[in-house]
Amino acid sequence: MTVSKETKSTRDGYAAALLELGEKNENVVVLDADLAKSTQTEKFKQRFPERFVDCGVAEQNLMATAAGLAATGKTVYASTFAIFATGRAYDQVRNTIAYSNLDVKICASHGGITVGEDGSSHQALEDIALMRAVPRMKVIVPADYYETREAVKAVAEIEGPVYVRIGRPKVPVLFGEDYRFELGKALILRPGRDVTVLACGFMLHKALEAAEELAAEGLEAEIIDLHTIKPLDREVILASAARTRRVITCEEHSVLGGMGGAVAELLGEEMPTPMRRIGMKDTFGTSGKAEELVEHFGLGSRHIAEVARTLCG
Amino acid sequence: MRGESRRVRKANMATPMQRPEGALLRQNEHEELREELEGIAREIRWDIVRMIGLAQSGHPGGSLSCTDILVCLYFHAMNHDPRRPHWPGRDRFVLSKGHAAPALYAVLARSGYFERDELWHLRQLGSILQGHPDRLKTPGVEISTGSLGQGLAAACGMALGLRMDGNPARVYALIGDGESQEGGIWEAAMLAGHHCLGNLTAILDQNGMQIDGSCCEVVGLGDVAAKWRAFGWEVEEVDGHDVVEVCRALDKVASAALPGMVVANTVKGKGVSFMENNVDFHGKAPTPEEMERALKEIEGS
Ligand SMILES: Cc1ncc(C[n+]2csc(CCOP(=O)(O)OP(=O)(O)O)c2C)c(N)n1
Ligand SMILES: [Mg+2]
Repeated sequence: MTVSKETKSTRDGYAAALLELGEKNENVVVLDADLAKSTQTEKFKQRFPERFVDCGVAEQNLMATAAGLAATGKTVYASTFAIFATGRAYDQVRNTIAYSNLDVKICASHGGITVGEDGSSHQALEDIALMRAVPRMKVIVPADYYETREAVKAVAEIEGPVYVRIGRPKVPVLFGEDYRFELGKALILRPGRDVTVLACGFMLHKALEAAEELAAEGLEAEIIDLHTIKPLDREVILASAARTRRVITCEEHSVLGGMGGAVAELLGEEMPTPMRRIGMKDTFGTSGKAEELVEHFGLGSRHIAEVARTLCG
Repeated sequence: MRGESRRVRKANMATPMQRPEGALLRQNEHEELREELEGIAREIRWDIVRMIGLAQSGHPGGSLSCTDILVCLYFHAMNHDPRRPHWPGRDRFVLSKGHAAPALYAVLARSGYFERDELWHLRQLGSILQGHPDRLKTPGVEISTGSLGQGLAAACGMALGLRMDGNPARVYALIGDGESQEGGIWEAAMLAGHHCLGNLTAILDQNGMQIDGSCCEVVGLGDVAAKWRAFGWEVEEVDGHDVVEVCRALDKVASAALPGMVVANTVKGKGVSFMENNVDFHGKAPTPEEMERALKEIEGS
């Protein structure tokens, strides 16, 4: 698999999914917190105003309201920036949505460092860790437009709370119209025998680019799209690690407690394997252009390739 | 252009911990004050538009709506010393609506907290001027903000701390009307009312707009002055672009024993015709051409 030149944002995929869901499923209700233009719920609002509620700048209220709506039988999509959905409203998500096992699909945009210029206060770097720790919560980090669109549609049929992390920037299109999302099923996008590279979200195309670079040097990286972080695809991860004996995780998130943390927990208990976690190294972000920040914090494809060389060397 | 303001000079000379006496203005001082503050505000607006235009990112609407308020605070009401940003006797300011950072940065630069040239690096990698205020990076920023609904509570904490120490300094906080939909604002309102925090002044930048539209359309705030009074605050309502009125209201609520709230009625994007009351310019930078047009308009105003 190679990285295409065409780019589209994952939030556009979210908007497309909501429109399809709105047509097909009368039960779908969408909530936002004064960020409808940014999260892209605006498009659903235009088409189905009677099934859209803007809660204003009030994320805690948004999540508890979503819980109440779900308790009346609605399938609720609740959106705001990832930092506020999981940070400000954490307790509402844990104690009202998840504890009651309600059908709230938290689709949060602006996850990660690629938020860019707004800076640290708006860059969610701990959201995967926070959501992963909540019992009953499922956690999905799709990588491109199609994976996002299909994941968002699929979770309508999954019972209980789900967290979908969506991004701000345009990213290369990796999949196509035929993509079908399966919860908890990691995808081997590029087989390789030397090192396993697990990536999610924005970092998946960086991992694929790194694999190209490594292949030119004779190093075969196995690139796995780990779109579902909870439940984790134990089988695919363990089988790949058993073949390559080396694992790298790549995420636009803190190295503490996120996808890398989940994989480290699995390998530590089941099959200790030399491993490196690529991500934000227990630090806050900063203002800057998205791609500059990716370079600055060591999240670029050349960084992944460098870590792979060291691990294999 | 960069002359020290009356009040800053006074702050420099003031004995630490002592608030200036007789803050209420005499009638004949009004026009002098108006001319001075309006002149500063024009320069601040120019800086805001240029900073955001060069950064090609940022929030012009809410920065321009609160410009006159910040000018009244830093060049009239507040007792502060840019050469000693950690002076214990200084009045504190919290920009609870942190996205208006460009307005704060321009005011801090003009006060002398840092070089004006820093403004042109807003939001760039490595800049001391982050997208939202960062107290560790920018001299004069008291606390990091950007996540709405928390700054007023932080200001309450400062007011409590100063009172415990017998420090007569005041604490000022600027909140937005969209921001006022956050429950945390009202939790802080209750705490300040309960503790009679007479050393706290909040200013509401009531520009009537948030991101998704007008506040009335999204989640209306109703009679906001009545709400603050009901929470035990001394409330004054003013035209937030009339600098003399704003100064008078700030002085007046500061003399009350209760926490003070100045409800400032403002225009989002004030000073740039195509940004005024235009919700699109909440968080959108002007194009280079729009920037030039806006700068000319401000120069001619
Ligand atoms: C907790 C939180 N939620 C959402 C945002 C995103 N946001 C930034 S500004 C804004 C609207 C604020 O409206 P208002 O307070 O009226 O600001 P102003 O009109 O003065 O710019 C929102 C929702 C945020 N910064 N913090
Ligand atoms: Mg407003």
